[in-house]
Amino acid sequence: MARIELNEIAHSYLRNPGGESDYALKRIHNVWDDGGGYALLGPSGCGKTTLLNIISGLLTPTRGRVLYNGTDVTMLPPEKRNIAQVFQFPVLYDTMTVFNNLAFPLRNRGIPEDEVKKRALEVAEILDLTPFLNQRAAGLAADAKQKISLGRGLVRSDVAAILFDEPLTVIDPHLKWQLRRKLKEIHEQLRLTLIYVTHDQVEALTFADQVAVMLEGEIVQIGTPQDLYENPEHTFVGYFIGSPGMNFLTCTLDGNVALVDGARIPLDKKTAALGRKARGKLEVGIRPMYLELSSKPIKNGVPAHVKAVEDQGSYKIVALTLSDKTVRVKLLEGKPVPEGKAWLGFPPQSTRLFADGRLVK
Amino acid sequence: MDKWGNNKAWFLVLPVIVIVAFSAIIPLMTVINYSVQDIWGPGQSIFVGTEWFKEVLNSYRLHDALWRQFLFSGLVLLIEMPLGILIALAMPKRGWGVSACLVTLALPLLIPWNTIGTIWIIFTRPDIGLLGVGINSLDLLEVPFDHTAKPLYAWITVMLMEVWHWTPLVALLAYAGLRAIPDAYYQAAKIDGASAWSTFSYIQLPKMRGVLTIAVLLRFMDSFLIYAEPFVLTGGGPGNSTTFLSIYLVKIALLQFDLGPGGAFSLIYFVIVLFFSYIFYQALQRVGKGAKG
Repeated sequence: MARIELNEIAHSYLRNPGGESDYALKRIHNVWDDGGGYALLGPSGCGKTTLLNIISGLLTPTRGRVLYNGTDVTMLPPEKRNIAQVFQFPVLYDTMTVFNNLAFPLRNRGIPEDEVKKRALEVAEILDLTPFLNQRAAGLAADAKQKISLGRGLVRSDVAAILFDEPLTVIDPHLKWQLRRKLKEIHEQLRLTLIYVTHDQVEALTFADQVAVMLEGEIVQIGTPQDLYENPEHTFVGYFIGSPGMNFLTCTLDGNVALVDGARIPLDKKTAALGRKARGKLEVGIRPMYLELSSKPIKNGVPAHVKAVEDQGSYKIVALTLSDKTVRVKLLEGKPVPEGKAWLGFPPQSTRLFADGRLVK
Repeated sequence: MDKWGNNKAWFLVLPVIVIVAFSAIIPLMTVINYSVQDIWGPGQSIFVGTEWFKEVLNSYRLHDALWRQFLFSGLVLLIEMPLGILIALAMPKRGWGVSACLVTLALPLLIPWNTIGTIWIIFTRPDIGLLGVGINSLDLLEVPFDHTAKPLYAWITVMLMEVWHWTPLVALLAYAGLRAIPDAYYQAAKIDGASAWSTFSYIQLPKMRGVLTIAVLLRFMDSFLIYAEPFVLTGGGPGNSTTFLSIYLVKIALLQFDLGPGGAFSLIYFVIVLFFSYIFYQALQRVGKGAKG
């Protein structure tokens, strides 16, 4: 069991990093609580895997320290840290049986054979691998193989955290959710710290208690899935989480009103006051589901043109043009869809203001 | 669908048949023809049936050459496979050293085969060769080193030359196999606390199985058919101590001009090679299937 602390971590793959652009990780400073289920979410190349490898010890960070339960482990190799890691594709010892695969990490640590057997059988039971124990690991299906990779982590009684690097990439879609549920079950059963890297928001949001969204080597926000959806602190979070993502419109401020190409969007007083103090490029942001849409002029409504309608079954996505920008509205089934000219309502309590990408606060 | 009534299309196959006939069928038939006749001059021959085959198969000189050949190919595999793997393991994984190693390793493979024989003659000469003079200056041997002096010396020289010439091929294949192993395997092995030996025997060796099978196949067949280098270096001597199958064949067929026994010998040699090719082909097929799973 471990609480993992990342203290001012920065990492560059270059030997002599110069400017900020040389760093794959810019500044990571946070704490992963013991027993928590975390997801690291971000687009390809944002540094998720780098961060994971720093936590597991496969990489030594250029700067900063990694602490497990307050002990500095920055310089310890992975086998000396109490972690297990599951990789993107199943890593197996092909020539061994499933049982020997599970026993391998224990035997390497010189644990007595009867204890090895006990642990391996226990873990096989948890992962539903018991029927395959005496089969060669190479012949199994991808999901069973991935479970074996996970099992090699679980067998070690000293394991404090399991790190997952996009573990479901090679699994068939219909098995994905089964395996995801299995992971969640194991998490609830064993209360291990799990850190799960993915670029799939559905995976992150369904799996984790806390999701850290990464962008270009930084964690831009950590929060519960609900938090990330309701209160994105960065335009990237708003855009990345939710489908379709948040609408963003570049604006200027005029008192308590945001001006978007002449259209007036009323803001919350507090938001507007903060916005007046903020510097940089201002944008208003709103989730498609909070926008109001009407075929007749409404109070504080902004005129726009309906461009396209996408039927998604239980809801419709309506794309509108507001001067030269596109705004998407999520309409629940049964609500009337205007044609041609329409008016958009921006409820002030759901309208956010961002300065240079960050929420004004 | 009705079959075309016109069978003239068969003429389109004719060029291929002609080419194959000249490249394979006619030469093979000629050899078969020689093998069943006693020929002592142009137009003077007599049909002897399987007599040459019996004679060749019962010839102790063929038996000797055959055992020598198996011993040679066996030694080649025993030395070159582990050595090639060791070299591949020791090679750098990134940086300028990779290209430097690859080029250096590839050099022996680029030299014409009889040039290699010549290089080693000069290299091992006891009067001017670096190796020959070097060994003899140590003054440890009863008979001074000279590859023409003793069968053992000849074998050592031929083996050294063979290992120098062809181990790079095994090393290059093994290196390619090693490079193809994803990093995640090594990372997982580290996390599992595997020793270097376990990493080798449970990850590297199984993952190299495919390329190593190809290496064994290539090295066995090539060494089984070896001719140019030992012919240049030792000419099959001293005595017959380095007379391998192909050298013996050329002696019978071209130097003594015994076309009948030569033909029979060629066919037997061919059947042996075909047999081993088949075995290796089967082995490769199985490896191919195993690799998928």
